Amino acid sequence: MADRRPALFDMILKLRSATPARIFLPRAGAGLTTRATLDFQLAHAEARDAVEERLDVDTLFDELTARGLTAVCVRSAARDRRSFLLRPDLGRRLDDESRERLKSFAGVYDLAFVIAEGLSARAIARHALPILERTLSSLDRTSWKIAPIVLAEQGRVALGDDIGETLGARLVAVLIGERPGLSSPDSLGVYLTFAPRVGRTDAERNCLSNIRPQGLAYDEATRKLLYLCNEARRRGLTGVELKDEAETLAPEGPHAIDVKNEP
Amino acid sequence: MYGTTIRGTRYGFRDLKSLMAKATPLRSGDCLAGIAATSAAERVAAQMALADLPLSVFLNESLVPYEEDEVTRLILDSHDRQAFAPIASLTVGEFRDWLLSEAADANSLAALTFGLTPEMAAAVSKICRNQDLILIAAKRRVVTRFRNTLGLRGRLSSRIQPNHPTDDARGVLASAIDGLLLGNGDAVIGVNPASDSPEQCYELLRLLDELRETLNIPTQTCVLAHVTTTLQLMKRQAPVDLVFQSIGGTQAANSSFGIDLALLRESREAALALKRGTIGDNVMYFETGQGSALSANAHWNCDQQTLEARAYGVARMFEPLLINTVVGFIGPEYLFDGKQITRAALEDHFCGKLLGLPMGCDVCYTNHAEADQNDMDDLLTLLAVAGVNYVMGVPGADDVMLNYQSTSYHDVLAVRRMLNLAPAPEFAQWFADVGLTDARGELQSQALPASFSPLLERA
Repeated sequence: MADRRPALFDMILKLRSATPARIFLPRAGAGLTTRATLDFQLAHAEARDAVEERLDVDTLFDELTARGLTAVCVRSAARDRRSFLLRPDLGRRLDDESRERLKSFAGVYDLAFVIAEGLSARAIARHALPILERTLSSLDRTSWKIAPIVLAEQGRVALGDDIGETLGARLVAVLIGERPGLSSPDSLGVYLTFAPRVGRTDAERNCLSNIRPQGLAYDEATRKLLYLCNEARRRGLTGVELKDEAETLAPEGPHAIDVKNEP
Repeated sequence: MYGTTIRGTRYGFRDLKSLMAKATPLRSGDCLAGIAATSAAERVAAQMALADLPLSVFLNESLVPYEEDEVTRLILDSHDRQAFAPIASLTVGEFRDWLLSEAADANSLAALTFGLTPEMAAAVSKICRNQDLILIAAKRRVVTRFRNTLGLRGRLSSRIQPNHPTDDARGVLASAIDGLLLGNGDAVIGVNPASDSPEQCYELLRLLDELRETLNIPTQTCVLAHVTTTLQLMKRQAPVDLVFQSIGGTQAANSSFGIDLALLRESREAALALKRGTIGDNVMYFETGQGSALSANAHWNCDQQTLEARAYGVARMFEPLLINTVVGFIGPEYLFDGKQITRAALEDHFCGKLLGLPMGCDVCYTNHAEADQNDMDDLLTLLAVAGVNYVMGVPGADDVMLNYQSTSYHDVLAVRRMLNLAPAPEFAQWFADVGLTDARGELQSQALPASFSPLLERA
């Protein structure tokens, strides 16, 4: 029969630390208590705000140039947030003016970085520079020719294909804000594509997901990204075939999220 | 060529699939595919033209070519002419009227099941209002069994979905125990693994099986890995109750999921051979969702709702214990807001039930859709009224692995209380036996059965 044992409840409370899930929430009848309800509403509000926020391109541009980096700003063909959400195809290609501007930077590059807000501008604001700086400082710059850093508004992952192809890059890394989760409004993803060109599929990319202090930490993310960059160049490919070995190196983020969170 | 004339304006529709697409209530996925009606009036014109078509049209004109698609072949080759006979002379519009009439009851609807093709169900759903979709679906119950009885009238079951970002065993266990204490989990205790690695899935299967055995719960467990992973694990004697797989409505969509019909057959046979079900042998668990074919560019210019119904045409050949549409998971480019998600879920439930499936629904949304928990409250209540077999129980409605919001353990409690619905009978009995409910069947607040303690001490 039912049995009230405080000791067991203590154990349940200890179990709570084993998962970020919202377990053992306080109940008011068949509903949640006021506090738990409002906590949820706050989390959802933050996620919604993250989706609506725009990337502060000017500030990021200044921060990059202050570090001695060349940067260039572009836009996708999606004119506003609504068309970005409804028309993934538009977010995957450059608008004409941006493509023209980018052409003046075309050359022969080993690696291009694209910073795109995707579905979370705050992920970019918080985590893009730390990842970019760590990665650049670890790459041997005598053997890696790096393209100007591209800042892309209203961009999806595949916009990197258009950008990489226009620039003439052998490898493109897209740093992008992932679809906000209720408990993770600022998750950064990095998608790596060898020989980028319009029409590449997601199976031809490698992905690092959930980059943020509470998820995949900066140093670990950088280590994995460097491994993937080196292997991609050595083997001349990215995607499923590269992924298997990357995973044996160290467990990667959830596979489901790679696909389902594609911004 | 199909068409209709309204007050002197002629509306023409190139072919049957174009007519179906344009008759579909507005949703972003059909707009994205470029096949939606271009005006509100054109949509109604298409609905009028569709309503006047004889149902038998769908036996003569296939939306996806028979020669090139094994799903079309499955649908047409398995059509039961005898079951179809009572409605063979009806138009789509007359069929809607018949479904609403007293002549359509639990028995006549059950008898009709294999006389209906998915395309017929989809067609009639397009000219139904939401109220019709609820009213008609509520007449049709589909009962399935494995270790308990799911889908009986007056019951609402739930899946415990104790996902964890890294498949941590204690984390999964903690979420599952929370759900059990709140009366969830009679449909299944089912984890979406964060990794598809066979070793990790094996560990999760063992964990869930041990939980079920220790507490002697009359339910089933599942790790929602790819069917090929589960097949491999069954060969290694892993405790597999149910084989899970995502499925779609075209051969090409299924191919994008890495499956075909033969693989589903093989996996079902392997699961049946394990003989783990105690009171029934429904061993499959499917998930579907409008837009999956388009996202794989496998849609043949068909509207997403019709293709979803065709996925049910696949599912029913495998007699699943569970099938649910994951309605709002796919994102706003397919279903933009709460209104579109609600409509799609009611259509899916309706079509699934007419086609003889034990329909459940993952009432859900992502954070980039124009939807919130209020929309989910509405939809959950509507589906419960429509007689949905089961919904999801996710701790606090927040899936911390898949990053979307669904319904919570508490939501299940709330709807059961509002509509006087009970869990599956065997599960309800277990729940009372271990002391989690009082004599009136009400949840005991703060009750923690002694039988849980060994489990917790180990955790």
